[in-house]
Amino acid sequence: MHQTALHDWHAAHGGRMVDFAGWEMPIQYTSIIEEHQAVRQAAGLFDIAHMGRLKFTGPDACALLDRLLTNDVTQLEAGQVRYSLVCNASGGILDDVLVYRFDDCYRLVVNASNREKIVEWISAHTGDADAVMSDETVGSCMMALQGPEALGQLQPLTEIGLSAMKYFSVAESSVCGVPAIVSRTGYTGEDGFEVTVEGSAGLTVWESLIDAGGDIGLRPCGLGARDTLRLEAAMPLYGHELDESTDPLTAGLAFGVKLSAGDFIGKAALLEVQKTPPDRRRIGLTLEGRRIAREGASIFDGERPAGTVTSGTFSPTLNRPIAMGYVTADKAAPGTALEIGQRGKRLQAEIVPLPFYARSRR
Amino acid sequence: MDPSELKYARTHEWVRPDGDIATVGISDFAVKELTDLVYIDLPAVGTKVEQGETLGEVESVKAVSDLYAPVAGEVIEVNESLPDDLQLLSDDPFGQGWMVKLRLADGQSLDHLMDYAAYQKHCAEA
Repeated sequence: MHQTALHDWHAAHGGRMVDFAGWEMPIQYTSIIEEHQAVRQAAGLFDIAHMGRLKFTGPDACALLDRLLTNDVTQLEAGQVRYSLVCNASGGILDDVLVYRFDDCYRLVVNASNREKIVEWISAHTGDADAVMSDETVGSCMMALQGPEALGQLQPLTEIGLSAMKYFSVAESSVCGVPAIVSRTGYTGEDGFEVTVEGSAGLTVWESLIDAGGDIGLRPCGLGARDTLRLEAAMPLYGHELDESTDPLTAGLAFGVKLSAGDFIGKAALLEVQKTPPDRRRIGLTLEGRRIAREGASIFDGERPAGTVTSGTFSPTLNRPIAMGYVTADKAAPGTALEIGQRGKRLQAEIVPLPFYARSRR
Repeated sequence: MDPSELKYARTHEWVRPDGDIATVGISDFAVKELTDLVYIDLPAVGTKVEQGETLGEVESVKAVSDLYAPVAGEVIEVNESLPDDLQLLSDDPFGQGWMVKLRLADGQSLDHLMDYAAYQKHCAEA
């Protein structure tokens, strides 16, 4: 089992450690709901060093990534970040990723659960391209500082002018005096930053943020809160909303697919998908009562099966259960009343527009 | 309620016997393990349960867990205020967070339950 550079800190500070994609990670320190609220109201700090970090150099790095990713890599300028999918030839999603362009290289951040698969996929498709991929995951440390106070908490530790950074931009500079990659990105629906440093410097940066943030309510947050936060923000999670039998258009991720740009693996299949409306759609549900609809639960329209829940939780912000799932296209309109089978009972649910939560932008 | 005077099941329910009536709840250890409770389902008064049978469910953000009857008997009272105020479970699991009162089935003994010291050891090994 892999451990991040922050493993011992988590264990010493009440982190409940669980196996996540082969990494020993904290699911929570005190309470998922309290950690969730800290991110919505102040700031939360997440160890995300389990995420896969791949670096691409060489003259063909751009062309290689452009052929592997559904988004248009050729249009990326240094300092920009894009969301993209990696698809197989039939348009099925192999992973969802962020691609970062730097002056002299590109980087991908991939899901921990898919890292080995994606490394193999890329290696198998590199061919004679003059590009080198290096897996930087194990030697580096990545953390996410998220919430309305994130900028104010990170700014004293770095020379980067954070308020001038656009959302989905990236800069190379230093944090706490050590070389760092800082991007204005996240997986919580809040403003925030993700910071990558050498593994040996991870603890210094982490503790600096924790020590300075206590007064404003900054808390360390585990994967439990990361999941409830991304679900409120309606961000898909690989293995739940996304898998190899789902294409990006059905998943509602057309913004990460550029069918008008150059060729990429899966493009021909996605052009076919585009011709006929998908027979199912990714939707959001709110539930009556307080019971949570769990992944895998069946969704019913009366007695007729209408779909499946892919993620469900209790939304601390809405103070009620929420879920995402796929339903047949004829039952996907907001306001549609449906039922969810859960442990032998029927839960009453209604389709609502996504996201469940959107921060107010100043 | 003094937790050291209660009896415990391996599945983390506590029992407070009083004649042929047993008050049942779940331990502070169980509440802390579950955390972020959102829902509890308790049986109706009059329900008869065998020892080890499902008595209800408690749901947290993470998962659903069954509650098991630590003894056989008939439900004669349920804590009606609990479903609307799960904070009682976190604040006072051995007192105001009680769940049900059972009239013990004929011949039901409590010998299979652990005392507090044995239960603490059980939790430490969990």
